[in-house]
Amino acid sequence: MKKLFAFTALLAVITLTGCAKKTPHDYSAFRASKPASILVLPAENHTTDIAAAHSLTSLVTQPLAESGYYVFPVAVVEETFKQNGLNNATDIRSVSTTKLHDIFNADAALYIDINTYGTKYLIVDSETRVTASAKLVDLRSGKQIWSGSATASDNESSNNNQSALGMLIAAAVHQIASNVSDKAHDVAAITSARLLTAGDDGALLPGPRAKAGKI
Amino acid sequence: MRVIKYTAAVATALLLTACAQKKENIYYWGDYQNSLYSFYQNGSAPEKEIATLNKVIEEAKAKNKPVAPGLHAQLGLLYVNAGQPDLAFQQFTAEKTAFPESASYMDFLMRNKQGAK
Repeated sequence: MKKLFAFTALLAVITLTGCAKKTPHDYSAFRASKPASILVLPAENHTTDIAAAHSLTSLVTQPLAESGYYVFPVAVVEETFKQNGLNNATDIRSVSTTKLHDIFNADAALYIDINTYGTKYLIVDSETRVTASAKLVDLRSGKQIWSGSATASDNESSNNNQSALGMLIAAAVHQIASNVSDKAHDVAAITSARLLTAGDDGALLPGPRAKAGKI
Repeated sequence: MRVIKYTAAVATALLLTACAQKKENIYYWGDYQNSLYSFYQNGSAPEKEIATLNKVIEEAKAKNKPVAPGLHAQLGLLYVNAGQPDLAFQQFTAEKTAFPESASYMDFLMRNKQGAK
């Protein structure tokens, strides 16, 4: 009886602390902005692999859209910039938020930086890693409302993926792996999901098209 | 005693499920993102990607789920590249209908036929 009582007490403590988070992320600017649509600008590639930008850009729509946002068609957007003489990410970044808002009427723009992309060959092993960071800027006010970064590697042990995100990632990898045989691109799918899936503290807030009942 | 036992069981069950978020996709994705990647890599020969995206639309219909944001617009771009502006406009309009957030941009694309070409 005493044992059972102790067990119950322990459970209660775990329950009360299990989901609690440390210092909650400051979302005041994000909440005030309430973006519904996101314009993803062509990613800025800081790596030596020229395939990195298009690889990651082709993978960002899913996590953002499933988080509840309208995501502008990434390749069509890039084409529009090209038609206007803007051929690389650096030039496109110099376009003012006012101008972007005029053309696309998007609530926010996502600026992505790719810092690592590809396979490093070590003496006994190799590692494929993709690291990226992103910031979300409100196109009506010009203010940054969120930033984040994420990394993924094919050398990770499988036990650090948690719950929903873990499942999502597993599904994303499975989906990609069955169609494209490109390791860095597969890993980029995980990086993209980690970087741009709403829900966790510090991550994006869910958008208006997200299903109710989340956060 | 029985009450406590029951409470413990319920608490355990709650604990094991409380933090898990069941995630069902809002959209049907099919090969949309893979098609984007191929488009970026090859650029030319839009016919193959047109077939892929039309297949995704059919599959989504069969599963009774909406297609993802941007898919209709991407298909529109492919039709423009294939020299089929009428079909392109149908797709830009479909994007606009499904996602009113895209209306200004789709209008912009249709106003500047050259802009999308």
